[in-house]
Amino acid sequence: MNKQRLKAKIIKYFLQSCGSLSIIIVLLIFLFLFKEAFPFIGSPGIGELFHNIWNPVSFQKEEFGLVPLITGSILVTLLATIIAIPFGIIGAVYISEVATAKEREFLKPFIEILAGIPSVVLGFFGLVVIAPLIKQLFDLNTGLTALTGAVLLAFMAIPTIMSISEDAIKSVPSAYKEASLALGASKLETIWKVVVPAALSGIVASVMLGMGRVVGETMTVMMVTGNAPVISMNPFSSVRTMTATIAAEMGEVTIGSHHYMALFWVGIVLMLMTFILNLISYRVLKKYGMIDK
Amino acid sequence: MAEILTEDKNKVHVENMNFYYGAVQALFDINMDIAEKKVTAFIGPSGCGKSTFLRTLNRMNDIIDGTRIEGKVLIDGSDIYGPMTDVVGLRKKVGMIFQKSNPFPKSIYDNIAYGPRLHGVKDKNKLMEIVESCLVKSALWDEVKDRLDKSAMGLSGGQQQRLCIARALAINPEVVLMDEPASALDPKSTLKIEDLVNELKKDYTIIIVTHNMQQAGRVSDYTAFFYEGHLVEFGATGQIFTKPNQKQTEDYITGRFG
Repeated sequence: MNKQRLKAKIIKYFLQSCGSLSIIIVLLIFLFLFKEAFPFIGSPGIGELFHNIWNPVSFQKEEFGLVPLITGSILVTLLATIIAIPFGIIGAVYISEVATAKEREFLKPFIEILAGIPSVVLGFFGLVVIAPLIKQLFDLNTGLTALTGAVLLAFMAIPTIMSISEDAIKSVPSAYKEASLALGASKLETIWKVVVPAALSGIVASVMLGMGRVVGETMTVMMVTGNAPVISMNPFSSVRTMTATIAAEMGEVTIGSHHYMALFWVGIVLMLMTFILNLISYRVLKKYGMIDK
Repeated sequence: MAEILTEDKNKVHVENMNFYYGAVQALFDINMDIAEKKVTAFIGPSGCGKSTFLRTLNRMNDIIDGTRIEGKVLIDGSDIYGPMTDVVGLRKKVGMIFQKSNPFPKSIYDNIAYGPRLHGVKDKNKLMEIVESCLVKSALWDEVKDRLDKSAMGLSGGQQQRLCIARALAINPEVVLMDEPASALDPKSTLKIEDLVNELKKDYTIIIVTHNMQQAGRVSDYTAFFYEGHLVEFGATGQIFTKPNQKQTEDYITGRFG
């Protein structure tokens, strides 16, 4: 009897620790990021991070301003979101409201495949197809621009936006649709005036999650955005994102140097950004009862 | 049956109607004339086809895949299943109230303005006029006039159903279909809806499905009894409830089954 109880207890603790693992990992990551980044506050001082130039390797003056990296990330993320929103939402409307069962069965696996393409492979596609196209289309010196990265990142955000928006649209009660149709609305009017507004909270959350995905994406942007750390909101300029900076420079940096610590600060800012985006989408979903409280 | 209706003008005429869900036949050879500006009640046990029949009158069954209809349904003499029929126009003329109140998750004002806006009313004063008159007609105005911009989801069940009635009236229909409009409501709210039906029949042709026989007796001028997809008996409500011609009708009304 006692033995059995002990066994049940052990199993319970085992399951509990597996369940809490993600919390522990998140906390540990935050802890170690801060531990590595912390000495930067003493020397060269936290104010350095707010400068406008990122030039960490220099014989004259090293500069660790995060501003160009943050604006680079924001520019690419916003562009990608703007591109992904119409495709993602209209696609979700089509799949959930317009497509026949057969079309749906045909389409959905492709969306999942798109979601699963490794970002390096997508980067190849960007280098070979999208970058030359953009160079030619807009008559630029180089196709490695913020826009190029944004187009590719939009490909990665679309499946996220589509599948979560689709769930949101599907969960709109059919009674709303019936009421609208019975008032003489066409199917399209019903979709745009009743179904989409009723699903809006879920759609907003899907966009937030898509943005979270885009902000954190590294490989593709490193390959196609040109990696110039300049402050610019021009879609046709080369930019460098926070993620690409860390990936490109971490391998060559002296451990414990100012540069090394600055890169950890970049990581902290990045993590906070994705954390906030996820928090917002979680809140929105929770508020409207799309996930259990 | 038709002779008892002669003093009233016919609004809806149904001829030899059969209705199928896929391979399953739900309605068998229905013939019926429905009088203008009267209340006609459909009664019968669950699954007898009364709601299905109601939904054929504004073609709401069209949105269910695999349904098929045979026969004729004429409203004001024109065949609503004819190839030239404009379904939007039909549904504008034939409004519908559902069993479960289904206001949109929008403000009270926007719920009622939805229909008129769809059909091209843009003027704000005109919309406000429509909203007010429809809320007055549905006896809801006094309860909500101070919170027209608040969400309709905050209303009680009975208020929501009256809001849905106001919403249906806002497109100025001629026929109003009601699919068990009070079945989810408490007795007090039910009474309000019934009073409303009595009030509305001055201006509208009302067809109401109900499984509550007292309700049919209270509100309707004519009653149709459906059983297993057949129209068993149709006549003046007083006659159906006091001396039905069919044994089945009598058994149902006296509570022997159903």
